[in-house]
Amino acid sequence: MIAEVGLAALWLATALAILQLVAGVLGLKTSDARMAAFSTYARQAAVVQAFLAVLSFGLLLWAFAITDLSIKLVATNSHSMKPLIYKLTGTWGNHEGSMLLWVAVLALSGGLLAGLERRLQERTMSATLAVQGFVALGFYAFLLLSSNPFERLPIPAFEGSGLNPLLQDIGLAIHPPTLYVGYVGLSVAFSLAMGALTTKQVTPDFAKVMRPWVLFAWVFLTLGITAGSYWAYYELGWGGWWFWDPVENASLMPWLAATALLHSVSVLAARDALRTWTIMLGVLAFSMSMLGTFLVRSGVLTSVHAFAVDPERGTFILVLLGLYIGGSLAIFAVRASSIAEGKRFSATSREGALVFNNVMLSAILAIVLLGTLYPLLTEAFDVRVSVGPPYFNPAGAIFAVPMFLVMAVGPLLRWKNDKPARIKVELVLIASILIGAVVLIAVLGDYSVLAVLGLALSVALGAAAFLPLRGRKIGRTPLSTWGMIMAHLGVAVSLFGMASESAFTQERLAAVAPGTTEEIAGWTVTLDSVDPVAGPNWTAIEARLSASRNGGEAISLTPQARNFWAPSQATSESALITRWDGQLYAVIGDTAGIDAEGNQRWQLRIWWKPFVTFIWYGGLLISLGGILAIIGRVRVDLRRRRAVQLGNERRADQAALEETASPPKAEPEPV
Amino acid sequence: MRWLIAFLFAMQAIPALAQDALPPAPYAYKQLDDPALEAKATALMETLRCLRCQSQSINDSDAPMAGDMRHQVRSRILAGEDPEDVRVWLIERYGDYVSYQPEVSSTTWPLFAVPIALILLALLVLFGRLGRRHKNGDA
Repeated sequence: MIAEVGLAALWLATALAILQLVAGVLGLKTSDARMAAFSTYARQAAVVQAFLAVLSFGLLLWAFAITDLSIKLVATNSHSMKPLIYKLTGTWGNHEGSMLLWVAVLALSGGLLAGLERRLQERTMSATLAVQGFVALGFYAFLLLSSNPFERLPIPAFEGSGLNPLLQDIGLAIHPPTLYVGYVGLSVAFSLAMGALTTKQVTPDFAKVMRPWVLFAWVFLTLGITAGSYWAYYELGWGGWWFWDPVENASLMPWLAATALLHSVSVLAARDALRTWTIMLGVLAFSMSMLGTFLVRSGVLTSVHAFAVDPERGTFILVLLGLYIGGSLAIFAVRASSIAEGKRFSATSREGALVFNNVMLSAILAIVLLGTLYPLLTEAFDVRVSVGPPYFNPAGAIFAVPMFLVMAVGPLLRWKNDKPARIKVELVLIASILIGAVVLIAVLGDYSVLAVLGLALSVALGAAAFLPLRGRKIGRTPLSTWGMIMAHLGVAVSLFGMASESAFTQERLAAVAPGTTEEIAGWTVTLDSVDPVAGPNWTAIEARLSASRNGGEAISLTPQARNFWAPSQATSESALITRWDGQLYAVIGDTAGIDAEGNQRWQLRIWWKPFVTFIWYGGLLISLGGILAIIGRVRVDLRRRRAVQLGNERRADQAALEETASPPKAEPEPV
Repeated sequence: MRWLIAFLFAMQAIPALAQDALPPAPYAYKQLDDPALEAKATALMETLRCLRCQSQSINDSDAPMAGDMRHQVRSRILAGEDPEDVRVWLIERYGDYVSYQPEVSSTTWPLFAVPIALILLALLVLFGRLGRRHKNGDA
């Protein structure tokens, strides 16, 4: 029954998406009162649809929890012996389940927008909901027609075939859902942008409605990328935290676009400038979300040829992609001329700095897009090329370095027009920190240019992040300003971690017998013993290491080399010791022959990675900054709304009093 | 306990019997003694693709083939070869696909032309938007 109810809920949600689309479009015709009445259905359709789509996902979750092997998806992706937590997270560890999660989040955010948002002009809201319904409809069709998660097996399977062991990790529990919330939150920004473009209401008020959604999506994208990076770092067993892998790039591209959009929408809200930019970036951000979904979900990454052999799903998403991106660009082309660019500003103003960095972010996005898609393109013509760190790092840095420099100074500038001479103390301070750091690092050792630049920039950015507080009363600084400071500090912290890891990491690979001691970066690591251990669905070789730093107390480490049996696969479980200034990372590998005394030797890999944790602390700080900004903006907004309401009530009271008493002289109205 | 260890080893051997039967090459999991040479080798290995894996460099992979390639790289660096010559040798052997560092060629030129075009485009947009001193007020 579970599967049938889930499927029925999905079909009903699809029907409601159609209603939402039609009602939203009819609601645009305000000239005809009977038609306009339809618009009320759009909101209700969105809310009920959210409930149904979430119910459908909940039922699939339930089917995975009880391992209902009569459902094809459960039988092919789960196993009765798996721990419950991984049965649940396995729900989105496969194509159909993750698409259902995608659609459930899409419907939920549409429902929240329809249910909560009352500030937006009703016509713009109608258009927005119509677009949101249209987007949802495409993805419902994709699920129902080509990736039905509730398909039954004619004969229930005896046992499931299990989940990829790499995915049996708490990282998988967090990473995809947060990323999806981010991806899909951008769909609301997209729908709002399209709605406002349709009704030509690209105003600061519209930007204030859009901003929390963009911030919200951006916070989740940041968290998702941070969690994914840390997961790859400790799970893959080689200590890498970013591979410029197409799947990673697929999550980075929407983040870059969302970062640019976030800054652009703030300028629109505060200064009524950058109207077309904001709309354009709204379209771009969601396009990148969908492109990411296409890359990950179509199988095009494993091999272009595999995609060509079984193109059904990939083609479906590609058509959706073309329809939404093409459609929105067409509306943009038709309507953009009717929207003025907004208020003007000089190059040396806060808007000027934001425009500069938005251009830089877009350029970095273009580089990542090119480097990700180009190998796929040539592969279609049977020419295989690899594009990796040696390409992305320098090509990205061309734009990232000027961006970081402007980022240090931008928040110090005034809106509209400013003179650099006004902030010359700050400029001299930032420049001297930067130059001092470059000289110091270059004297200390022989490091790559990018690492030196990264370290110096991170120190300068870290100091510059706090400069906007100069001349402000700390207690009276708005929460959203603290949000900006936190986020910018987070960028500095993260950059510091990345540069430090790539410049100072020390590696020790050795074949060692139990009882042997290895030295690395002030740590003494002894292999005490190697023993077999067993878990619920794996067996493993577990090494017992004791590590002590500079002769201090020994800490025990137990890295494992695991072998899962359903499906059969080997993974490395790394063991970490975290200190404030870095992480010790240990992995046990295969056997490595016999030593001179006839003892069994094992491959041991140890790294000391100075300040590597700063990469993810920075990611968390960036997210925290986003959360502070949301709280600050919403609080100010609520307070302002209450003030307006109180003012209106008082004015109404006054008017009523005047009517009854009709005094000869009106008192000055209190505000 | 002994049977369990034997069983575990048997389990490990099953997936790729043919490849794993031989012990890994000497420098697959062993660093070079000279730190300077090892640093050169690591820098090179980080930019070479493991052909058996999905998106991993040979420096980040447990695949036997990656181990063999690490051995090749380290031995050649130890023999005094220049890292870029080792790269060329590997490209000749395995094709362009093995190197994460694309070279300018008839098939890869857009990778280099586009960033240059982007720089020009960015400058153009910025001058268009910021270069002129706009009069204050609405457009």
